[in-house]
Amino acid sequence: MTRTSPWWTDGDETIALVSEDGERIPHPELDTMITDLTIDDLRGLYRDMAVVRRIDTEATALQRQGELGLWAPLLGQEAAQVGSARALRTDDFVFSSYREHAVAHLRGAKPVELLRMCRGTAHSGWDPLEIRMAPMQIIIGAQTLHAVGYGMGIRNQESDDVAVTYFGDGATSQGSVSEAMVFAASFNLPVLFFCQNNQYAISEPVGLQSRAPLAQRALGFGIPAIRIDGNDVLAALAATRFALAHIREHGAPVFIEAITYRMGPHTTSDDPSRYRPEQELEDWRTRDPLLRLERLLAAADESTGLRDLADSESDEIARVLREECLALSDPDPEEIFAHVYSTEHRVIDRQRSFLSAYLGMFEEEGS
Amino acid sequence: MTVATMRSALNAGLRRALSEDGDVVLIGEDIGRLGGVFRVTDGLQDEFGPRRVVDAPLAEGAIVGTAIGLAYRGFRPVVEIQFDGFIYPAMDQIVTQLAKLHYRTRGQVRFPVTIRMPFGGGVGAVEHHSESPEAYFAHTPGLRVVTCATPQDAYDMLRQSISDDDPVIFLEPKRRYHTRGELDESVSGRVLHPLHEGRVLRAGSDVTLVVYGALVQTALDAAEAAAAEGVSLEVIDLRSLSPVDDRLIEDSVVRTGRLVVAHEAPLQGGVGASIVAAVTDRCFEFLEAPPTIIAGFDTPYPPAKLERHYVPDLDRILDGVDRVLGRPHAGVEKP
Repeated sequence: MTRTSPWWTDGDETIALVSEDGERIPHPELDTMITDLTIDDLRGLYRDMAVVRRIDTEATALQRQGELGLWAPLLGQEAAQVGSARALRTDDFVFSSYREHAVAHLRGAKPVELLRMCRGTAHSGWDPLEIRMAPMQIIIGAQTLHAVGYGMGIRNQESDDVAVTYFGDGATSQGSVSEAMVFAASFNLPVLFFCQNNQYAISEPVGLQSRAPLAQRALGFGIPAIRIDGNDVLAALAATRFALAHIREHGAPVFIEAITYRMGPHTTSDDPSRYRPEQELEDWRTRDPLLRLERLLAAADESTGLRDLADSESDEIARVLREECLALSDPDPEEIFAHVYSTEHRVIDRQRSFLSAYLGMFEEEGS
Repeated sequence: MTVATMRSALNAGLRRALSEDGDVVLIGEDIGRLGGVFRVTDGLQDEFGPRRVVDAPLAEGAIVGTAIGLAYRGFRPVVEIQFDGFIYPAMDQIVTQLAKLHYRTRGQVRFPVTIRMPFGGGVGAVEHHSESPEAYFAHTPGLRVVTCATPQDAYDMLRQSISDDDPVIFLEPKRRYHTRGELDESVSGRVLHPLHEGRVLRAGSDVTLVVYGALVQTALDAAEAAAAEGVSLEVIDLRSLSPVDDRLIEDSVVRTGRLVVAHEAPLQGGVGASIVAAVTDRCFEFLEAPPTIIAGFDTPYPPAKLERHYVPDLDRILDGVDRVLGRPHAGVEKP
């Protein structure tokens, strides 16, 4: 049965616009959100997903080779991230967690900027005001509150842009995420809560975080929710467009739960074989987001050369990424003290001078 | 120039900040319709509306997190935390976010958030209403921490804090909210004392006495009493707890050779310990006696009927003075 309304009320059902076999599933309201999509746009979405997957794979390889301290792979979550990010306006502002590499890339972060944090050369990769996306957040759920404050600013200025916050299933147990929903609902703020339920918070299955669908949390706070198949890029795109239109019109928050699957480890330090049955992963492989879009295009006889084109473009991006990553050199020691405060601070200044003189001592000895 | 209470000076400072800068937004619990439990924001919501003086749901972490988001959007938020002991749910947002975001964004985004809170004891309150949590903030890189002791400083320092582009923890000595003093609200032709410089309130030659917040008045009273016994105390109002005006303290200790630091907060890991360590390090050859810290005890803040034994008073400060002077006293070992 197909729901006529995108709003979730109960049950385990998710909205998909493309079946696992690549068949287009009609939806009376969400279809109206994507009537503008051409075959080229669909191929573009495939290209986006292929490119970020390739960036992700390259970053994982760089970590294995000792060039990155850590990497949090997004493998399996390409559709949820690409679909939602492609629905945003450039003036919307994103507050994400640490796995939203696709979102950051589509906001305008260069591939090498995605790696800077894990390379250990800076705590953030990009200029947040330039791409309108805050630095990746490591403290689980903390960024949702920043989206709320940003949304309050949008409301005060009577603007129609939206604060968008990404977080995972694990984050929904954090008090800060509940508090963010209380504030967003209470003040009626233009905030999109985009939850990627990838089934695991490191080793803990989502069932440990919640006995009810996560979308139900939002309803408890008076925030309407949409529950989508997060491996369907069309559903992610259409639902996010729908949610953003609703938010812009009503200036009120919306919650999207995208059901997806983290096919890789939590980070490169993780060993999912300790907590995840191999068969489960195999089952999810059949729901691979790239495969699904490819099948849809194949059914329309539009998949010719799709993979080859995406692969050759991705390979070139990966080659440049590797080159630029290796060229990211260690910052000067005095960078330790840069930007602790925005203006003069006597303690920082004294310690900066000390370190410089101290290191200088060794240079003299060495020369 | 008028005579005002510290509470009304703070109110006037907030009013001026709100009227001078449309980006200033106040957010806190009960600060709007009620005007705050101490009435520091009295009348401001009526004057500036509920979007600039915001009554928030009861979640301190969310209040600070919301302020951070407002700062991302270009606003200059001023948070009120209702009581010192209520700050802890906000510690994550303060320590992992607010204090570090300018650093994390490599200076590309500024976070001019002021967090005001009443602090300290002596008002006969129930648990969680009398604490002195300043050391947590002074220990956190990225924050500026200040406190005031007079209506004039309350007014000026609050306005300076709000104008500052970095996060400022602004501690208000709650038992002095109703203390009166002179207040000059004019802005032109008046040179403001720099926010992070302390002030010698009373010159003296025998002992340097460093205090801040509510203990400033106690220290001035102690200096008066000591003078009657022929002991000359130099009283320094620290004003800034991060960064500490160490030069002012050291210049004084070099002259007096003796140092007493007093605060209500517990001793261990406190602001006093840090000052004494720095003075010992840099002025060792000028010291005539080991410096002493008169502090609250390393216990939770006690029930109200016991607080007079906990909060340093005039006699305990003078006991500290006696010790650094090597004078005979009750013969009790230092704790």
